[in-house]
Amino acid sequence: MSEPARDIATLSWWMFAIAAVVFGGALFLLLLAWMGRGREGFPVIGKREKLESRAVVLFGIVIPVVVLVGVFAFANLVVLKDTDAPKASSTALTVEVTGHQWFWEVRYPGTRAVTANEIHIPARTRVNLVAKTDDVIHSIWIPRLNRKIDTIPGHPNRILLYADEPGRYRGQCAEFCGLQHAHMAMYVFADPPDRFRAWLRNMQRPEPAPSGPSERSGERTFMDGQCASCHTIRGTPARGDIGPDLTHLRSRTTLAGLTIPNRGGYLLRWIRNPQHFKPGNKMPALGLSDRQLQKLVTYLEGLR
Amino acid sequence: MASVAAPKARERIDRLQRIWEEPSGVVGWLTTVDHKRIGLMFFFTSLAFFAAGGVEALLIRTQLISPNGGLLSPNAFDEAMTMHGVTMIFLVVVPMSIGAFGNYLLPLMIGARDLAFPRMNALSFWIYLASGIFVYTGLAIGSAPNAGWFDYLPLGSKQFAPGPNIDFYTLGLIFNGLSTTATAVNLIVTTFKLRAPGMSLNRMPLFCYAMLATSFALVFALPPLNTALIFLELDRAVGFHFFDIAKGGDTLLWQHLFWIFGHPEVYIIILPAFGIATAIIPTFTRRKMVAFPLVALAEVLVAFIGFGVWVHHMFAVGLETITTIYFAAASLIIVIPSGIQLFAWITTILTGTPRFKTPLLWIVGFIVLFLLGGLSGVTFAAIPFDQQLTDTYYVVAHFHYVIFGAAVFPLLGGMYYWFPKVTGRMYYERVGQASFWLSFVGMNLTFFPMHIVGLLGMPRRQYTYPSGLGWTGYNLVETIGSYLLAAGLLLVVTNLAVSLFRGARAGNDPFGGDTLEWSTSSPPPSYNYAVIPRVTSPYAMWDREDREADERDLAGGGKRVLETGHETPASSVLDADWDEVLDMPSKSWAPLLLAAMLAATFAMLLTRHYVVAATCGALALLVLGGWHWKEPQEA
Repeated sequence: MSEPARDIATLSWWMFAIAAVVFGGALFLLLLAWMGRGREGFPVIGKREKLESRAVVLFGIVIPVVVLVGVFAFANLVVLKDTDAPKASSTALTVEVTGHQWFWEVRYPGTRAVTANEIHIPARTRVNLVAKTDDVIHSIWIPRLNRKIDTIPGHPNRILLYADEPGRYRGQCAEFCGLQHAHMAMYVFADPPDRFRAWLRNMQRPEPAPSGPSERSGERTFMDGQCASCHTIRGTPARGDIGPDLTHLRSRTTLAGLTIPNRGGYLLRWIRNPQHFKPGNKMPALGLSDRQLQKLVTYLEGLR
Repeated sequence: MASVAAPKARERIDRLQRIWEEPSGVVGWLTTVDHKRIGLMFFFTSLAFFAAGGVEALLIRTQLISPNGGLLSPNAFDEAMTMHGVTMIFLVVVPMSIGAFGNYLLPLMIGARDLAFPRMNALSFWIYLASGIFVYTGLAIGSAPNAGWFDYLPLGSKQFAPGPNIDFYTLGLIFNGLSTTATAVNLIVTTFKLRAPGMSLNRMPLFCYAMLATSFALVFALPPLNTALIFLELDRAVGFHFFDIAKGGDTLLWQHLFWIFGHPEVYIIILPAFGIATAIIPTFTRRKMVAFPLVALAEVLVAFIGFGVWVHHMFAVGLETITTIYFAAASLIIVIPSGIQLFAWITTILTGTPRFKTPLLWIVGFIVLFLLGGLSGVTFAAIPFDQQLTDTYYVVAHFHYVIFGAAVFPLLGGMYYWFPKVTGRMYYERVGQASFWLSFVGMNLTFFPMHIVGLLGMPRRQYTYPSGLGWTGYNLVETIGSYLLAAGLLLVVTNLAVSLFRGARAGNDPFGGDTLEWSTSSPPPSYNYAVIPRVTSPYAMWDREDREADERDLAGGGKRVLETGHETPASSVLDADWDEVLDMPSKSWAPLLLAAMLAATFAMLLTRHYVVAATCGALALLVLGGWHWKEPQEA
């Protein structure tokens, strides 16, 4: 959890408690009415109308005004400070997250590091998250860290990311963005600061040329085939910008926006038929032979 | 009154019958201008769309019954959820509440013989029917709208949605809006000008206040929607750039325009239901509404303030903090008039002698559900909370409590309540109560767990979800609930359908109702009232002397009988002083023809045949010319 998420939770519990009291009171009155269902004849009307109108004024106007003013002040004057965009001077690091149909591109301005769907941040550090989009409106939402923020074309938005504890926090797209809105999740890894720095150093490093013959053959398939026209691997001629940057792919725990794990035979199965796990995504089946596939995967698994 | 035996009275009734009679059979229905027939056509059409929207809902719920469900493809799911929203909002709730209930009941409640513009009323219906078919044609050819019912841009732009899917949405809704606007204008003029002389505004039933407020809200809410839709269609069809950021447009413009319409639309949806509640409660508690003027004022205020809160749908798009705070405050203010009505209903039931028959049960259910939906709605005015929970199942839960609980429950209660009036037969009471409990339990099982699953982080509009996030059990319960709810609704329809043929005879006033419609026969004659009723209070049916005076008029003749022509009186706006006698138009083919020409125009716009579209538009103008063809009237 983090401070903004905790404050929102506190606010929620207060509002739910107040709502429960109001709901309980109204149910009680309806129950009283139910118990009077056997009464005979016409009700006495006209004599007490003033009293009843006053009850409506009290319960329908006076009490709600008092409660609502309280909720308003607490929520929109106190808690709102946490969820607003952080002051530029108050953050130690900026992460730029760009929504694509259907993956998240993650950049660390000032460095060459680029990754996808898995955001690393140092724990206990105020991070400035810049939310952008390459196509339609998405919404970045990591519920245990902060409120959600929409990615609006032409209007970059900012929120604070702050994790109290190192750990893995799940996030996902919250604004309907087309066919694979459901498979557009992300992880935020809050690492101890040392580990984060090490991770970032590694991320900045271009990929060295592969050593083994299988890897080299796989690399050729990647560069000569269609892969390189959509994906980038820094340190190689691959410069495509349709799909996610694959530099250091092996360092990620998942593929395709958390759709499948990045281990076992999943990468191979993904490349063989990308439309199986995530129908509608932009990656076509390439029709590679099993041998080519195997070498391609060997190459990609060497991108650490 | 039909039972009056005095020869003079008999003669007058026969003459009215002859003047107001419409042809029977299919031709009669196709050319009708009778608000009751048109109301019934609105009712059955919206019921058919309700069934379609319900099937879409069940498809969605079945897909989500377990993680990684495989019933629907991603695109089929997107079409189902978009069509569910579009259908329920534009083709079910609004046409049913104002088109069916408003149309049928409003003239009866104010003692008029028809709506102010009967042929325009027929046009409203035919356009509504055609627009519904238009939108569903998209589904039939596999190109249904699929960008969600609020169709955010740029997802709905030509670039990201190249097919005709979104064109069915934009053109269909513009077309549909013509119908709604015409009905709203008709109801406003009718309420202001056609009230029975003597029914000053302060003697008008609260149901009519609700219809009036709704109609005004519609007239002002639809233009921003139409603007947005026309902009979008221009972008898509001819390459304009209203919403194209690269060319100086702005995608957020769509959201503002849409929600300036969209939030008042929420009140447009529930206000008629409030009206139904205020009609049913006095009858079954045998007590006048508590705080009548406050409730009337609240109904109007809700419709008005509803225009100032739209940005609370946009708290997560990153607007200036000060803007969001203003709209949060406005959103809290609208709680007040809703609270007034809620406590007025509860106090009325509590201090009356309630008879918990089927219609009142639905209304009590409505109060409970509206309270829950209202309370969860208030939480969205707490901006940080909204930013956390918007676009999750918590929101889906909230608006289904409001739209299904607060709008559809009273409509169902209203179906039972006015069934005897419309058909002359009683429904089965015990089955009616069973249908209520089944629907109530189903409703809560379906939608209450959505609050929790939303708080647990499940976003809306996902065609599938992974296991292991704590969502699975809740989704299973929701799906089971949705099938129970569907069973409850089927029981309502079955009860009414069987009662139509086998129900006991109802008589004019089986419940001891408080408003005028109960004074005429069941079903009402084509001219509604042989004598324009006298009105001295908002509870006209409980004023025995007035009703007896009407009977004497029928036998004795006089100004209020109006037996010589196809006529109804007009009265002044505030005090309802006798103004003049209006000569009402009679049956016509023109509305049907005009709607057909308009449908052809829109179809041609969709297929980008602009010359043909212009030709159809010109033909529509020709039909409009024939509009004022007048039948010879009986002197």
